[in-house]
Amino acid sequence: MSEKLLDVKDLKVHFPLRSGLFSRTVKHCKAVDGVSLSLKKGETFGLVGESGCGKSTLGKTICRLIQPTAGEIHFQGANIAGYDRKQMRPIRRDVQMVFQDPAESLNARHTVREILEEPFIIHGIGDASARRKKVDALLDRVGLGKQAAGKYSFEFSGGQRQRIGIARAIALEPKLIICDEPVSALDVSVQSQILNLLMELQKDMGLTYLFIAHDLAVVKVISDRIGVMYLGKMVEVADGAEIFKNPIHEYTKALISAIPVPNPRAEKNRVMLRGDVPSPIDPPPGCAFARRSPIKVSEEIASQPGDYVEVSPGHWVEMHPATVADYDSYAASS
Amino acid sequence: MDTAEISALSVRNLRAGFATKDGVIVAVDDVSFDVPKGKTLGLVGESGCGKSVTALSIMRLLPNPTGRIISGTIEHHGNNLVDLSIDEMRKVRGAQIGMVFQEPMTALNPVHRIGQQLSECFFLHFPNITKKEAWDRSIEALKRVGIPAPETRVTEYPHQLSGGMRQRVVIAMALACDPGVLICDEPTTALDVTIQAQILDLIGQLQADLGMSVVMITHDLGVIAETCDEVVVMYAGRVAEKGTVFDIFEKPQHLYTTGLLSSIPKLESPGKERLSTIPGMVPSLADMPMGARFAPRSGHPKIGEYLESAAFKEERPELAEVAPGHWVEDCEYVRVFG
Repeated sequence: MSEKLLDVKDLKVHFPLRSGLFSRTVKHCKAVDGVSLSLKKGETFGLVGESGCGKSTLGKTICRLIQPTAGEIHFQGANIAGYDRKQMRPIRRDVQMVFQDPAESLNARHTVREILEEPFIIHGIGDASARRKKVDALLDRVGLGKQAAGKYSFEFSGGQRQRIGIARAIALEPKLIICDEPVSALDVSVQSQILNLLMELQKDMGLTYLFIAHDLAVVKVISDRIGVMYLGKMVEVADGAEIFKNPIHEYTKALISAIPVPNPRAEKNRVMLRGDVPSPIDPPPGCAFARRSPIKVSEEIASQPGDYVEVSPGHWVEMHPATVADYDSYAASS
Repeated sequence: MDTAEISALSVRNLRAGFATKDGVIVAVDDVSFDVPKGKTLGLVGESGCGKSVTALSIMRLLPNPTGRIISGTIEHHGNNLVDLSIDEMRKVRGAQIGMVFQEPMTALNPVHRIGQQLSECFFLHFPNITKKEAWDRSIEALKRVGIPAPETRVTEYPHQLSGGMRQRVVIAMALACDPGVLICDEPTTALDVTIQAQILDLIGQLQADLGMSVVMITHDLGVIAETCDEVVVMYAGRVAEKGTVFDIFEKPQHLYTTGLLSSIPKLESPGKERLSTIPGMVPSLADMPMGARFAPRSGHPKIGEYLESAAFKEERPELAEVAPGHWVEDCEYVRVFG
């Protein structure tokens, strides 16, 4: 269990923004700005944050669908950050992705059988009859049944389509699946069916998930460890239970307190943030969160970057006077 | 009981649907509820349950020519909105009933400045107003919803604002003419949680300040619990259960309500765990049974005999009052048992 499957070190993804006569690069959109994380074999790492925080870009970069600007992506010990297309091909079998909108990620002109056969054809696995059997087995595995094979994706409901998306992702028995908001577009009753399916598959196939979502409650039920991202940076990482019991970063606290609780008698103790998320295009210097934090600090302190500190085993926090309430006592103890 | 005294809006036996080449598809089937004055009523249910069609029916904004109100009444201030002419209805929209839509970017016109769009409400409802007055009142309206530097914001275009700010503009627009009723159709679904919290607080505050009645339409039971006084749970075009927010969350009587409540991932759960689910899925609107529509998914031990019975095909269950003000679909196979 303790074997590291994925180890991302100081990953940066900066998109150049060009303008002017000669399309000079004038600015950079720092979508992912120095993120490190590691995934153990068989675990689920939940990645949460608000829109624009870079969580999807991070997921796609790990799959190498986006080129990293700097940093390392170690998958099963090898740094794949600089691999070319040919070198990536065997890796693609082992790293798969499930997308948010199954309607958009499935080809509407292909039958379900054609969609699910494709991975086998690309990787040259089995002959026609073997592929047929594999597709039937996959459809059974995700709870659709083989009679679904002849239909087109638009004949299915949202939840069923997501099952097709999952079947495609597990077809080649990958080691790592990056789930990018897989249940955000689904109704609650269907959402829970899909989450359960993902958990079953993980148990049966020994899968490792990077589970990206904006809904903390969803992330909580499926994740072993959770990382919170803000404006391209990881601000807090801890075990799932720990981060809810003992959140330290003010942004994590605000996120948790903002979730509407389905209990009319629940007391509201909201940590209110000031203003909106700043743009990742030329973000403010220093601590990205300082200007929104309920702990007000001077501009001079805000422009100092925070440190990444392990406050208890496995619990990492961006330490900065504006992000941590009792900064002084933490600073003194470390 | 004269409900007109205490309810701001009263929907009775509303049936609405869409004309297709295969006949009329009924999306809202005999829905009744009252919006108590100064309070918030929640309409909750999953996609396709008819909650948005209900809201559009109240505003008389069903897409023309396919959408139509088939029967029923919508009483507001002694008027039946269903019978009003287009011109009369135009006076009600905005002035008496405001609406906030889910996606602020589609609700705003991308090529007009915020101020122009806000002024439009004033020109429509106050024909004698001058341009300057309308512009000043637009700034006032933006100030009311907590937009910083409203004087400069009025001159900007929607794309220059963030999602949360845009939704504030939409709310400002809905409230510009002080309507007594505000209908919010998934007002925070497109927003991030921290921004959602800001917007829900804003709606609550404005409601307290202005004494509005609010209809909150959402699929999120958390939002319902935080904002509503009364709740209508809809399933497949019908009311499954309605009552106070405490009735619904603490003494739910319909198996759909309990199923929904238990399938939400909970923050207080100890950690990684299996969720309970509702088996099956919502039936297609085109072939709905007459009987209790949730029955095939209810998991009731004796459900087989009901699904076979003539009652399931032909008899429509009424709502039964199980406690004062707490109504539930009267069919034992979809009611909480044991």
